[in-house]
Amino acid sequence: MKVTLPTPLIEYTGGVREVTGVGQTLDALLHDLDRQHPGIRFRMIDEQESVRAHIKLFVNAELERSLAARLKPRDEVLIVAALSGG
Amino acid sequence: MATSSRPGRPGRTFLLVGTRKGLFILEGDGKREKWRVNGNTGDAPHFLGQIVNHAVMNPRTGTILAAARAGHLGPTVFRSTDSGKTWKEAASPPAFPKREQPDYGWSVAHVFWLTPGHSSEPQVWYAGTSPHGLFRSGDDGVTWQSVDGFNLHPDRPKWLGGSQEAPPDGAILHSINVDPFDAKHLMIGMSAGGVFESFDRGETWRPLNRGCVADFLPDPNAEWGHDPHCMRMHPSVKNVVYQQNHCGIYKLDRAANRWQRIGEHMPKEVGDIGFPMTLHPRDAKTLWVFPMDGTTVWPRMSVAGKPAVYCSRDAGATWKRQTRGLPAAHAWFTVKRQAMSADQQQKVGLYFGTTCGEVWASFDEGSQWHCLMLHLPHIYSVEAYTL
Repeated sequence: MKVTLPTPLIEYTGGVREVTGVGQTLDALLHDLDRQHPGIRFRMIDEQESVRAHIKLFVNAELERSLAARLKPRDEVLIVAALSGG
Repeated sequence: MATSSRPGRPGRTFLLVGTRKGLFILEGDGKREKWRVNGNTGDAPHFLGQIVNHAVMNPRTGTILAAARAGHLGPTVFRSTDSGKTWKEAASPPAFPKREQPDYGWSVAHVFWLTPGHSSEPQVWYAGTSPHGLFRSGDDGVTWQSVDGFNLHPDRPKWLGGSQEAPPDGAILHSINVDPFDAKHLMIGMSAGGVFESFDRGETWRPLNRGCVADFLPDPNAEWGHDPHCMRMHPSVKNVVYQQNHCGIYKLDRAANRWQRIGEHMPKEVGDIGFPMTLHPRDAKTLWVFPMDGTTVWPRMSVAGKPAVYCSRDAGATWKRQTRGLPAAHAWFTVKRQAMSADQQQKVGLYFGTTCGEVWASFDEGSQWHCLMLHLPHIYSVEAYTL
């Protein structure tokens, strides 16, 4: 499925914002992205399996807070790194 | 690793300057007269836009590690084995054990401090984090493991209090010192936690705060809860440890396991509060501090806007003000705890970076100061090396 990344993460993908991944859940998809682009998951998900404070995950334009959320192959995932501060 | 793969050329001095917006590498010539910045990459900092809390070289391997965090992403460690030409992220950065008990579900917000291991263990590094955590690498920074003897110690919550007691910039484990005479002996400092030491590579710990004032605690003789700002173990003389604390400057009486306040000999109008402390690489009685205003609401800037380094050459019995070349007034900055460093030249060079982005240097042990750079971002760390 298509995954759109925020610019702070594209150094993990060679500068590419739109990548593809597979997984039946959001968690599985992020693990697949990490397999393809090592290190990318830990910048979004902490060691306690929580989504980091400034990261938002959208599935088909709907905010999704649970990593256990089910995904379908045609879903589109948008990852946002909320900017704040100077 | 060959010396030629390290930054600069033999006889030269280089600085690793970590800032709020990236890492700058300054390289001086053999006489430390001419300096260039980021010779490998042009003007732009390494990790442009990322917070670099600390950048340190392992003198045994030449590897440079940088503790970094983009403001909106999780923390990590980058490593370079080619003098900063290229960087690669650690395969597994410092991370706490997964939550098994409710109290142990921490996640690393910042990797804050980096220290290479003992000379007999050239691949070893230690990292301190916020919230307070201690991590170890055995492969020159590629992978990191929790030092569970500290991170999962049953008394750890008592030592550190609740999160509401954390300092404004976060609860930090810093000042990781590996005893140059004993690879198993570690000393650490923790903001709002105190000094602790281990004699078994971190498996067990004991507090070491007797003698230190903690005027913010209800019990002035508390075993822990103190607030060390910067602790330095001497790199070449056994059993010499100094500490710049929230409540003064101290020297450890190793035989008595008790801190002695040597800051009482500072001028009263200046006081002995500050963040950084730097030791002479060979002379165990010579050290430098950079006092700041710790009165009322704790402005944490140069006292009266007049920045000054203070040097003691007799282990704190007397202090000398060193200001020649520094701004005489209207200079309202702070030097943070890892932003002051000494090189290893015969005439020791001193360096500090300010919160307003200036890098200052002295090539005669503090007698005369020179501004090497202006207009950098807020500086968090300065580490100096002579090749």
